[in-house]
Amino acid sequence: MNKPLANSVSGGDPVRSVGLARGDVALEVRHLKTHFALRTGVLKAVDDVSFTLRRGDTLCVVGESGSGKSVTARSILQIVAAPGKIVGGEILLHGVGGDPDRVVDLATLDPRGKEIRAIRGREIAMIFQEPMSSLSPVHTIGRQIDESLRIHTDLDKRARRKRIIDLLKRVEIPDAEHTIDRYPFEYSGGMRQRAMIAMALACNPVVLIADEPTTALDVTTQAEILDLIGELQDEFGMAVMFITHDMGVVAEIADRVCVMNLGEMVEAGPVEDVFHAPQHPYSRMLIGSAVKLEQPAPAKVAARARRADGPDDRAVILKAERLGKEFTSQKGFFRSKSRTIKAVDNASLSLREGETLGIVGESGSGKTTLGRCLLRMIEPSSGTISYRAGDGAEIDITALDKRGLRRLYRDIRMIFQDPFGSLNPRMTVADLIGEPLKMMGWKQRRIRDRAADLLERVGLSADHLERYPHAFSGGQRQRICIARALAPEPRLIIADEATSALDVSIRAQVLDLLLDLQSQMSLSFIFVSHDISVVRYFCDRVAVMHRGRIVETGAATQVCDHPEHPYTKALLSAVPRPDPRDRRIHQRHRYVAEDHPTASTMEGP
Amino acid sequence: MTMDQTSSRGAEPEDRAPEETVPAVDRVDVAGQWQLMWWRFKRHRLAMVSAIIVLLIYLVALFAEFLAPEPPGETHTRYTYAPPQAIGLFVEDEAGGSRFLPHVNGYTVEIDPVAVRRTFVSDPDAIIPIGFFVRSEPYLLMGFIPMQHKLIGPIEAGEPFYVLGADRLGRDMLSRIIHGARVSMSIGLVGVAVSLFLGVLLGGISGYYGGRTDTIIQRVIEFLKAIPTIPLWMGLAAAIPLAWSPLTVYFVITVLISLIGWTSLAREVRGRFLSMKTEDFVAAARLDGAGELRIIMRHMAPSFVSHIIATLTLAIPAMILAETALSFLGIGLRPPVVSWGVLLQEAQNVRAVATAPWLLTPGLAVVVSVLALNFLGDGLRDAADPYSH
Repeated sequence: MNKPLANSVSGGDPVRSVGLARGDVALEVRHLKTHFALRTGVLKAVDDVSFTLRRGDTLCVVGESGSGKSVTARSILQIVAAPGKIVGGEILLHGVGGDPDRVVDLATLDPRGKEIRAIRGREIAMIFQEPMSSLSPVHTIGRQIDESLRIHTDLDKRARRKRIIDLLKRVEIPDAEHTIDRYPFEYSGGMRQRAMIAMALACNPVVLIADEPTTALDVTTQAEILDLIGELQDEFGMAVMFITHDMGVVAEIADRVCVMNLGEMVEAGPVEDVFHAPQHPYSRMLIGSAVKLEQPAPAKVAARARRADGPDDRAVILKAERLGKEFTSQKGFFRSKSRTIKAVDNASLSLREGETLGIVGESGSGKTTLGRCLLRMIEPSSGTISYRAGDGAEIDITALDKRGLRRLYRDIRMIFQDPFGSLNPRMTVADLIGEPLKMMGWKQRRIRDRAADLLERVGLSADHLERYPHAFSGGQRQRICIARALAPEPRLIIADEATSALDVSIRAQVLDLLLDLQSQMSLSFIFVSHDISVVRYFCDRVAVMHRGRIVETGAATQVCDHPEHPYTKALLSAVPRPDPRDRRIHQRHRYVAEDHPTASTMEGP
Repeated sequence: MTMDQTSSRGAEPEDRAPEETVPAVDRVDVAGQWQLMWWRFKRHRLAMVSAIIVLLIYLVALFAEFLAPEPPGETHTRYTYAPPQAIGLFVEDEAGGSRFLPHVNGYTVEIDPVAVRRTFVSDPDAIIPIGFFVRSEPYLLMGFIPMQHKLIGPIEAGEPFYVLGADRLGRDMLSRIIHGARVSMSIGLVGVAVSLFLGVLLGGISGYYGGRTDTIIQRVIEFLKAIPTIPLWMGLAAAIPLAWSPLTVYFVITVLISLIGWTSLAREVRGRFLSMKTEDFVAAARLDGAGELRIIMRHMAPSFVSHIIATLTLAIPAMILAETALSFLGIGLRPPVVSWGVLLQEAQNVRAVATAPWLLTPGLAVVVSVLALNFLGDGLRDAADPYSH
């Protein structure tokens, strides 16, 4: 399987040779400026960015959303969406067409011209973030990879097919002779991204641009893709420009780092220097936020130390036993065949007052379904959930009627993942926060006062009551969601990936806010997340879910540092750490699940 | 949400704030959805122009009696198929100079000896002065305001004034088109109102409850859509008793037209409900303790009302065209009701059209109003979701 494809390429040369040697400059970007002419003025998406890419090197461009890193990548290939335009600078590509001395300034080429098209896919290839939307659903994988070979080489049909199969084998797609004729929807997310990589490598490019290629993937899949890109780079010797917002990924793969903020390059240098001696305050902040989440929160450590002497005598506030949720889908022409998927399988958990329980797992592990079953937003198929109300009464949630549920929803609140989707854009902040209070029959005036108070509590100003959600950034919106959750003075909050959509610096701020609120209001949390570092930072105990089952439960520090279940071990070892001296994806554990009937059906979130 | 979207959305300046800084107070921040929609709609110039045209057409329809120089049924046997007159502003006086006097020229009648047909020739010497707010026979504006003046007309009552020519009975085309606007433009509104009621009700039920109810309603819609409309209308129209008054026929026709029209609206509403049911903010409203009715009215409805308005605007032209087609075929409205379709019926005869092409002018009115409504609807649809990027 690991047949050295690149050697056959440069030696026998079915495709082409690359004129540059390892270490030669492949791409130079000098003072690049890409501006967007908007109605409200000119937006300098990329403002004076310079860097150099060498063959065999990996340059990581890191920054938060809106920093201009994607636009930089797109500028290189001249595929910036209108009204974006390159207004200045040079993009020098060396060794065009296999001639080491030929240099082309891409910035001067016509975006629709022949020259740039000869470069796209052949000299410079790109991998996008979303493997589903960047592959066409109506063509087979083989045909899509074939396209660039057809355009850029003069191989005949059979030779191309052979090369595609070789490429697919090289990116570790099983049974390549047959899967070449499959459609993208028949591939899993990781396989699609592998196919994208195969497509990018088809013409043995000089430069590979990867724009957040692993962001949409699970950590274990991410580790495999990162590993694969690294291996291929060793073999093919291309220069890689890797765009990401994840400092862990940067530390894992980068040779050089380029930090971007608001369109400007604030710092650039070797990965060791940037991580261990960052110069610019922004990079310091970025790395600081990432490193901060590597440890449990100081407040948590202190609280645990206080309780360490005696046994935990806090009352159990929520207890779920043998909870199950099955989805049945019917197939066949007359719906004759039915298939059952166990999204949650026999899950039991308990939560004490003031405690934070993390539920971790990859997409499709059933963690979100479990969180929603607890509130009966999704009816569980089996099991019991009991909740201990403020007055000490035990309530069986599974037996509640509609009115009972409404009363329960004042005590147990939920924060959603997407701060853009969970706030109705047509309501003002005051109405949004006041909605639960209104349902409780409060007077308008009292609601306003309370909403103003809550806004200030979550770090916004009471002046913002009349604004609509579109006036706020993602982090601010999530604060509004938190204020809404807090409105009826809940005792338990279920946060479903509440920080996943946020940038890393804002993520830490929101988590600190939640910790703060927890200590003030004696809240309990169930924190559903795929992000181990967030769980380690924020949670007291962790339940690890895998394919609907809880495979391991324990204290957060215990589970995160000394996992017992092989799946947890694999999961944790795949998480890249923001420290370039501690690269370990190569040494990660791999977990192959024992065959489980639901295995193939657990695709997607 | 994917990071790529976020970075492209970074094109909005306020989203780019790296820290949690609160942007300065901006009128956009406190603008509700209708305000945002209006701002967006204003940017669509064609739609703005169309909106003004549509408004003018409806005003014309409303004040038809005042604007039309003559009642629509007034016949003049002397002027059958009289061609359009040009309006002149100056006349030469005896001294050789010219003097301001809005006027039209009268006709001299010549008999074509070959075809034995009367032809009208404009007579430059017969000057018919015209003016604004000329006295006329007393009439009721909108059926209840007694008036004695017309906006424009010959100062001397009874003189020929045919800006758009006359038809086979010497009736003024302009007056008839203006009166026709009333029926043609309102049949769209009434028809759409019926469609709206059926569409929102059935579409809403279908989308909100789903399951078997949804299946049944959708199959009914498919069945209705599969019926060829013209034969159906012909059959139904044939069933209308001849003795019914034109007004009753008018209402029956609107109901017939909207019977088919509601299906696409119902689908639209159903789609909105289906997609919104799974939105996080609807789940959040449920967790806030809101009941079903409140979730629909307060949380879901505002986000599709604008879409419905846009869809309705686009449905009106279809209704107008349907009425025109039916009346043209003689199975819709019948004279003496005046609608554009009825007027075009006069233009069915090729010979009549050859000799009097101005009989086609109602068709122009149809084209202008349908186009204007379509552009307006497009603009509304584009503005309907101000939160999409």
